[in-house]
Amino acid sequence: MISTITNLQALEAESIFIMRETAAQFERPVLLFSGGKDSAVLLRLAEKAFRPARFPFPIMHIDTGHNFPEAIEFRDRRVAELGERLIVRYVQDSIDQGRAFEEPGVASSRNRLQTVTLLDAIRELNFDAAIGGARRDEEKARAKERIFSFRDEFGQWDPKNQRPEVWNLYNGGIRSGEHVRVFPLSNWTELDVWRYVEEEDLELPSIYFAHRRLVFERSGMLMSVSDHLPLRPDERAFEHQVRYRTVGDMTCTAAVSSSASTLAEVIAEVAAFRVGERGATRIDDKFSETAMEDRKREGYF
Amino acid sequence: MAIAALDSRLAGPAAALSTIDLLRLSTAGSVDDGKSTLIGRLLYETKSIFEDQLEAIERASLRQGADQLNLALLTDGLRAEREQGITIDVAYRYFATPRRKFIIADTPGHVQYTRNMVTGASTSDLALILVDARNGVVEQSRRHALLASLLGVRQLLVCVNKMDLVGYAREAFEQVRDEFSSFATGLGTANVAFIPVSALYGDNVIEPSANMEWYDGPALLPYLEAVPAGSNAGEAGFRFPVQWVVRPMSNEHHDYRAYAGQIGSGRVQPGDEVLVLPLGKTTRIRAIDTYDGSLDSAAAPLSVSLLLEDDLDVSRGDMLCDPFSPPSSSQDVEAMVCWFSETPLNPNGRYTIRHTTRKARALVTGIDYRLDTNTLQRDTDVRGLNLKLNDVGRLRLRTTQPLLWDEYRRNRVTGSFILADEGTNSTVAAGMILPPGEDW
Repeated sequence: MISTITNLQALEAESIFIMRETAAQFERPVLLFSGGKDSAVLLRLAEKAFRPARFPFPIMHIDTGHNFPEAIEFRDRRVAELGERLIVRYVQDSIDQGRAFEEPGVASSRNRLQTVTLLDAIRELNFDAAIGGARRDEEKARAKERIFSFRDEFGQWDPKNQRPEVWNLYNGGIRSGEHVRVFPLSNWTELDVWRYVEEEDLELPSIYFAHRRLVFERSGMLMSVSDHLPLRPDERAFEHQVRYRTVGDMTCTAAVSSSASTLAEVIAEVAAFRVGERGATRIDDKFSETAMEDRKREGYF
Repeated sequence: MAIAALDSRLAGPAAALSTIDLLRLSTAGSVDDGKSTLIGRLLYETKSIFEDQLEAIERASLRQGADQLNLALLTDGLRAEREQGITIDVAYRYFATPRRKFIIADTPGHVQYTRNMVTGASTSDLALILVDARNGVVEQSRRHALLASLLGVRQLLVCVNKMDLVGYAREAFEQVRDEFSSFATGLGTANVAFIPVSALYGDNVIEPSANMEWYDGPALLPYLEAVPAGSNAGEAGFRFPVQWVVRPMSNEHHDYRAYAGQIGSGRVQPGDEVLVLPLGKTTRIRAIDTYDGSLDSAAAPLSVSLLLEDDLDVSRGDMLCDPFSPPSSSQDVEAMVCWFSETPLNPNGRYTIRHTTRKARALVTGIDYRLDTNTLQRDTDVRGLNLKLNDVGRLRLRTTQPLLWDEYRRNRVTGSFILADEGTNSTVAAGMILPPGEDW
């Protein structure tokens, strides 16, 4: 008789519990989808929690307009396979409406502007819970995050005054206008995610695997050449074998030099990494020591 | 099949599944005992710190004017924490060795943030309590040991830290050990271990220290790799709080109706008789469904969907359980509670109670005593008896619906609850249910 389970089975059971708790405690939850590996895992966990019924929530993507085309293709294909409802809200609309302003300079990114679009969409569609794929191992402010994380009527996170979260008794109580961010993958690490992708045979956008790409170097990072990110006079484009560790906005997500073209190779590579996932790939976390905390306080993912 | 059935009975109600390759631990101890430094040291020595994170804390250490790497900055991630050099809220950190993955809840030492320590300890297999060798057992050490014990954390590990500042003297270690042991005996905590360490210099963290040859026990990391994981949560029989009803309402699955949830304790297989509470009717398990197909048996803590032989009225908050050892069912419960809110307990107040998947309203019907966390004395002074922020006490509650409960010591899932303020919805207390009239 089996008397033990693996770390991954324990994490899966916990995450399914969190998904169902969200569906049961809230009137209008939504699942936030970015097109990355963590979103792919979230979708599988939602299938595990609710099939053979449909998901008790729609899927929403906040589109910066600066996406990797592979991520958008993946999104549309996956949602169609699942037969679930997709909502897309565009950062461009927020800019056109004068609600968000593009940052000046060549290093400008729409990453931070997503917060405006996200909070507007939550208000417009009256969502009371938003499920996201953030993990505590990603970043030091995220390491402090609750699984049910309360947001006030301004969408703000108050890290100094979080609700105590004991056992698995998640408190989803809110008043009108407030909402909760739910993070079912809180206790997963980058390596856990990749092992789960392997175990579940999940499809991911192709850019997670090694491919040749036209890139240039900026701040010591490899950025993809695209219309969204013009080269400065001193920068030079060159072809290189790369893959992505995270999939975000093209203007702030860097590639890593890699020859890992299969899942097994990627897992071996992740297990040996000496640089953190966001440290290696996100320019937006480098603005200051507490860049993530500052964005999260405003209502970022 | 018969053998399998026999097997599951032999294995008894305590047959929850445990994880060998995962250990959840939380840190505790007074301010400046070096909790964050010790965790930083563990992460550093196991090469669990990424280079970019290391560079970032090197820069931050320099900016703070420190003459060496401030490893505490690894877990003190908030702006306010870095400014003040203290831990305010729990930071969850993850590291793995070839033997195990570890989830560490690094919790605050300040009395005012005790509630965050409780948050971290409530899901832990092991509580790591730091004691400064120079100061010995202080009030916060006792408070944290008490809370860990109340929360049913199975293993207590006391790291006597800053041994470098007492010349690595055996007497200093033994004094703390003896003092702590006598306090722990009063708590009834079974498993307490002691390790002398210097978090700053790494003595006895990964390998035995050459500075303390008189100590012949394991270093911290080997100890954590070998200690049994899991809690005492599985001592009651089968408990399945219904979380969600799966009803596809599609043509293909027209009559499908499954009860989804996470098994709280025990084990179940198709054909088993189960009691549905509060309905009071028994039925049998028809199938155990998952996305990956039907299972021959399942046990805590798996999340599954159960199909029943009979059509019964079952919904969220109800419970499927072992008919031969059901939980208690009552509207009156007695419990030890930790008070989390700046607003003291309202002795005649009404609160929202969340217990398993059930939400109800609860009325405070009595405060039996406030527990002095330092002396363990029960303050029963009737006049003015109340619970304030970070107090621990014994309460009686009456709920609008019956709770289906077990004693917390036997079952974490059915023995725990939280109270929330009905106006702000904030969580104001954590409770651990006691049998009527029994003292903690």
